[in-house]
Amino acid sequence: MKTLTTTALGTLMALGLATAAMADIKIGATVSATGPASFLGDPEAKTLEMLVEELNAAGGINGEKVELVLYDDGGDPNKARTFATRLVEDDEVVAIIGGSTTGTTMSIISVAEDAEVPFISLAGAVEIIEPVKPFTFKTPHTDRMACEKIFEDMQKRGFTKVGMISGTDGFGASMQAQCKSVVGNYGIEIVADETYDPKDADMTAQLTNIKGADGIQAVLNPGFGQGPSIVTRNYKQLAIDLPLYQSHGVASDGFIELAGADAAEGVRLPGTALLIADILPEDDAQKPVVTAYKAAFEAKTGTPVGTFGGYAHDAFLILKDAITRAGSAEPAAIRDAIEATSGLVGTTGVYTMSPENHLGLDLSAFRMLEIKGGKWTIVE
Amino acid sequence: MKLTPKTATLLVLAALIALTPLFFPSGYYYRVGALIFVNGLSVLGIVILTGYAGQVSLGHAGFAGIGAYACALAPVHLGLHPALAIVLGAVISAIMAWLVGRPILRLKGYYLGVASLGFGILVSMVLSNERWLTKGPDGIEVPDLGLRDLLKDMGLKLANGEFWYFFSGICLLIGAWLVLNLYNSPTGRALRALHGSEIAARTVGVDVAKLKLQAFVISAVYASVAGSLLALMNKFVTPDVAGFMHSIEMVTMAVLGGAGSVLGAIFGAGILTLLPQVLTVFAEYEQLMLGAVMMLVMIFMRDGLLPSVLRKIRGRGE
Repeated sequence: MKTLTTTALGTLMALGLATAAMADIKIGATVSATGPASFLGDPEAKTLEMLVEELNAAGGINGEKVELVLYDDGGDPNKARTFATRLVEDDEVVAIIGGSTTGTTMSIISVAEDAEVPFISLAGAVEIIEPVKPFTFKTPHTDRMACEKIFEDMQKRGFTKVGMISGTDGFGASMQAQCKSVVGNYGIEIVADETYDPKDADMTAQLTNIKGADGIQAVLNPGFGQGPSIVTRNYKQLAIDLPLYQSHGVASDGFIELAGADAAEGVRLPGTALLIADILPEDDAQKPVVTAYKAAFEAKTGTPVGTFGGYAHDAFLILKDAITRAGSAEPAAIRDAIEATSGLVGTTGVYTMSPENHLGLDLSAFRMLEIKGGKWTIVE
Repeated sequence: MKLTPKTATLLVLAALIALTPLFFPSGYYYRVGALIFVNGLSVLGIVILTGYAGQVSLGHAGFAGIGAYACALAPVHLGLHPALAIVLGAVISAIMAWLVGRPILRLKGYYLGVASLGFGILVSMVLSNERWLTKGPDGIEVPDLGLRDLLKDMGLKLANGEFWYFFSGICLLIGAWLVLNLYNSPTGRALRALHGSEIAARTVGVDVAKLKLQAFVISAVYASVAGSLLALMNKFVTPDVAGFMHSIEMVTMAVLGGAGSVLGAIFGAGILTLLPQVLTVFAEYEQLMLGAVMMLVMIFMRDGLLPSVLRKIRGRGE
């Protein structure tokens, strides 16, 4: 039995040693760099590492170097909570960035709130900041805002009867619910409401149902991953001659590649400035930020920049800005400074926080994009 | 006084639970400890099912899911106290295990593995898709157990992590005590006979189907209670708790540590809970190292880590 005790103690000591390094300002992050949500967490992790490196090379914040403690929770909410506890209790970080998914974020919130450490989430759901929790903030726009942006565009085009086909994953299901709750404000009626499993390889059956719906004028597809690409391809194969809207969840070049430029022609979706850095007008406020981030990220990783990495970029930017303004790296001071963020230009939009609004973005953060000839264009 | 193996096991376990906090440098270790105990509890169920009765289940996370969501839903919809919700979850799990196990366990062979696999996937699909009830894949909040506030009123102030460390530690001790009692009971002997040879057990009059069903139901209750504790500790739960990977994790913990031994299984739970935390140093190689450790143990220590090591030590002593 002696061996057991020694092994247990040995392991615990190894744990202690692993976290003994010291730094001036310690920032913690737990993202889903591996596992089913790695398409979110991987660019987020790379972005954070890159930005910290850049910042330290430029002299840090207020003359102090920054150390990033980064963990990979694999998309598991239980692990995310453990890592959040580790960041707060053991690494003693002054702020946490992370929670790539809504599930991981929700399980981190109570840890951050209990420890009174500011936490900036990278996940979409509106529940994260509604009701407002003192120490919890987030950078991505909510799925409700994406719905509003899409319905606004549909309204402009005079559509009143639309169909929906949604994924049953967290993202698709949440956005489906949010869209249905706001659709009435735009005088639009949902005449067909279908779902698919994110692992399905064919959505022709659901699309055929939608096609047959009475008086239908357009179709919206809330979803992420490969599902929307398959929907887009099936849509073309069935020769459905109605405008197709995708969500911000697939706002990346990968989507056009997967769906095929031919099938994706004419698809509209709400995206961020980051996606269209090259075609943004010169006088656009976000142009310098997105161009710089895009250039740095692509040079560093050799992979195209995406919306999700942009969320992490903005979270770090907000934190850096807050610590600079607070002139202190005390969690409470950072929290107050984050809440006072005003007119901060990020890749996702321009952030202005307040005690009632811990997201700080409005609908203008979204650009309505249309795919033409395999390229993104701005609809105006 | 001569120590029976049962008392010795319980004493070692109690001492480990009580004394390791003396070496904890921060509150985070209480969290890891509590996770080990909760995982240990669900693995104890696997000890009964796999270690004693020789049956394999690939869907035990389904029961953990039932237990976890009972604690999330019953207090809100039925007005039940979270502590009673644990019991409700355990009862539902037992009934489900009985319904699934009864027809399947009459058959010989590996049918339970397949049936339980299907059951586990079914539970996780229901939890993901029935949004009106479970709030879907993004998860649902779980009310507070309330025991910590009760202790505070009685003058015992514990941090959240500390409370859960000791509370789950005590649950694990009770769970281990019950398993060890079962081991020495006539039922336990019959179960082990069944594991040794089903035909021989049947010949001496053991009701094989009934015993296997009992073992399956008991282990389902263990998984369910562990799921409940996990949900209450995290105050948040997602359908991942019922996922296939979680089922595999439970079996792996038991087999790695030694499925036939209570301490071994808990040790396995400890190793597999600790390793990902220790291996964060290796970042991308974490999965690789985890796989390598498991393969090496399975090749060189087929009875599981702890029993093999103990045997080696004893062998040297003689």
